[in-house]
Order: sequence, then structure tokens, then C-alpha cells
Amino acid sequence: MGEISQEILQAFNSGSVTVPTVTLFAIIIGSIFVNNVVLSQFLGICPFLGVSSKVETSMGMGAAVTFVMALSSIVVWCIQTYVLEPFEIQYMQTIVFILVIAALVQMVEIVLKKVSPSLYQALGIFLPLITTNCAVLGVAINMMQKQLTLLQGVVYSVSMALGFALALILFAGIRERLEMEDVPSALRGTPIALISAGLLAMAFMGFAGLV
Amino acid sequence: MSKLQLITKGIIKENPTFVLILGMCPTIGVTSSAINGCGMGVATMAVLIMSNIVISLIKNFIPDKVRIPAFIVVIASFVTMIEMLMQAYVPALYESLGVFIPLIVVNCIILGRAEAFASKNTPLDSALDGIGIGLGFTASLTVIGAVREVLGSGSIFGIEFASDVMPLLFILAPGGFIVLGYLMVLFNKIAKR
Repeated sequence: MGEISQEILQAFNSGSVTVPTVTLFAIIIGSIFVNNVVLSQFLGICPFLGVSSKVETSMGMGAAVTFVMALSSIVVWCIQTYVLEPFEIQYMQTIVFILVIAALVQMVEIVLKKVSPSLYQALGIFLPLITTNCAVLGVAINMMQKQLTLLQGVVYSVSMALGFALALILFAGIRERLEMEDVPSALRGTPIALISAGLLAMAFMGFAGLV
Repeated sequence: MSKLQLITKGIIKENPTFVLILGMCPTIGVTSSAINGCGMGVATMAVLIMSNIVISLIKNFIPDKVRIPAFIVVIASFVTMIEMLMQAYVPALYESLGVFIPLIVVNCIILGRAEAFASKNTPLDSALDGIGIGLGFTASLTVIGAVREVLGSGSIFGIEFASDVMPLLFILAPGGFIVLGYLMVLFNKIAKR
């Protein structure tokens, strides 16, 4: 997890590139590919396994998560900086963050129900489950631990969410193919999905050291 | 269902990891060693037992519409307590589990048991259910952690025996997915018999 900040520090010390561009670019590439939220940080595996049977559904889920994460990063950053830290009640972080996220998810659900009933139908049970999607809470906590600025924090969260969407859609593509394959009966279902996810994670290890 | 069955069902028949397939993030995220897996399992079990008891005590006072947020607040309070206790008494484990401790809040097992069991049963039954499911979760995490530790770093519970020759891959991300996949196959074979 420290790779990004170390990389920024190195680039800063060498003076080769101006800081803001490198910072944001390193955050984006680092979050989407190198430290992919599902495949290298193990966050959000439940929806990764649960909603990944169709490419279309996984795109909807990815979009919903991206939206929630972008909003929650702004709200959570403000709450941490202007409420929790001045009053020195950082230990309330977990409780406050999860409540903010739960409220946001509820809102996204209501909006989606009005705007796109078909997508709402497709995501079904998994929309309320964004609340218990550890990726959303985990990324919020990680973001605050890295002590990023608001802009960096939002970029970081959105990139993480895009990384989640990327992994989800890639994996859905693999699973659509797997449906047609003759998999040994003992491996059918979750086991073969997990093993494919392992291979996908191995492919993503190739990005290590990119930023 | 007898009281004993409430405890034992979580270990094989309703094993949260291998049968219900819940709480996958900590299952893969922290099981790079047997001790980490065991520690995570025990922490989750503690939260699960306490939240199950409290939720079954207050179930009649919570309006149906806001029950999920109410459950989450109860769970989050206990997670914060466990987090502080671990930081004070087992700082090394606290460091190595990292972000996964606050993430116990969003472990689907806990919310799932609150919704499916504790909100319909007595406090005693709920506590026993928490112990059972918690034991099942701890056992699976310890087994996965042990397998990955043996394969990946050539040690077991921190005792090294072949630390240089083992492929590191198994304690990295891909190893987590693959080991869990094959263990699930093994579990299904054994459980079905």
C-alpha cells in the first residue's frame, strides 16, 4: 500500500516531473491496475463473486459502486477533517463512515428506481448489499489513512472504484465463457470461479512496479 | 433444534466460508498465515456473539423499516470496542490485520446472522448460534491460513521448516483465491460423503 506515496516521494526528490501531475497520475494508475481493489487488496470479493455472471449486470454494479464511492469519499473526507479530528473522536470513524455509506446507498437506490427500473431490477438484491460491500468502507478508511487532500482522495476513490468495475467486468467475461465449458462436477460453481479469479490476479501481478 | 446442534451446525453443515460462501474478503485477505487467520476468526466470533445477543434483546423495539441501519450501528459499536482492545493488547496482530479489523462491520456473516437468526430467536439461542458460526469461521480461516503458510512461506503457526524453497505466490493475492477454490472442492467432497 505504501508504494504510491513512496513513488511520489521519489519523483518529487528527483525533481524530474512536476508534483501535482505525477501525484494524480500515479494515484490513478496505481489504484486501477497495481493495487487493484479486488485482485490485490481483497476488498469487495462478495459482489465480485456474486454479481459477475453477466457482463451487463456487472457493468451496472460497477457504475453503482463508482457513484457511491465518489460521493462517499467527499462526504467521509469532510466529516473526518471537520468533525472527527477537531473534536478528537477519531475512534468513531468506523461507526460514522458506515452510517454515511448506508445513507448514500439508500439514496442511490431510490434514484436508480426512478431513473432506470430495468437496471434496478437487474441489480436486485445486490444494491442494498453495496452497504456491506467492504470495498466502499475499506477504500474510505484507506483514503483517510493515506492523509490525501480532498482532490487526491476523490481521484483515489474513483480510480479504486474503476479498478473494481474493471475487475468485475473482466471476470464476468471469463465466467460467461466458463458456462459453456465442461468443468469437472466438483469444481462447478464457486470453486472454478475462485480459481479463475486467482489466475486473473496473477495476470494483474504483472502491473506491479508500473508506477 | 437442540442447543448442541445450534453450535455444531456452523462448523460443517452451515460452514460460513465453504457452504454459505459469506465473508470472502477477510477469508482471502488475512489468511496469509495461520495465526492471522485464527486471530481474525476469533475477533469476528467475538463481535458476532455480542451483536447476536444484543440484537435479539432489542429486536422488539426496532421498527421493521430501520432494522438494517440499527443492526449496523450495534455491530459497528462492538467492532470499535474489539478494535481498541486489539490495539491495546495484541498490537502485532492489530498491525498485520490492518484495515480488515474495521471491516468486520461489513462482514456479511454478521449482518446475515442478525437478519436471519438473531432477529427471530431468543438471546440464548442467538448466542449459541454466534458461537457455532464463529467457530466454523475461525476453523476455516485457520485451515486456509495454515495451508497458505505451509505452501507459501514454508512454516506453520510461525515455526519455519522450509522457508526458502516454497513459492511465495501462495501468500500473495492469486494464491489466496486458488487455495480457497481447491479447499472448497475438498470440503464439498468430504461433506457430501
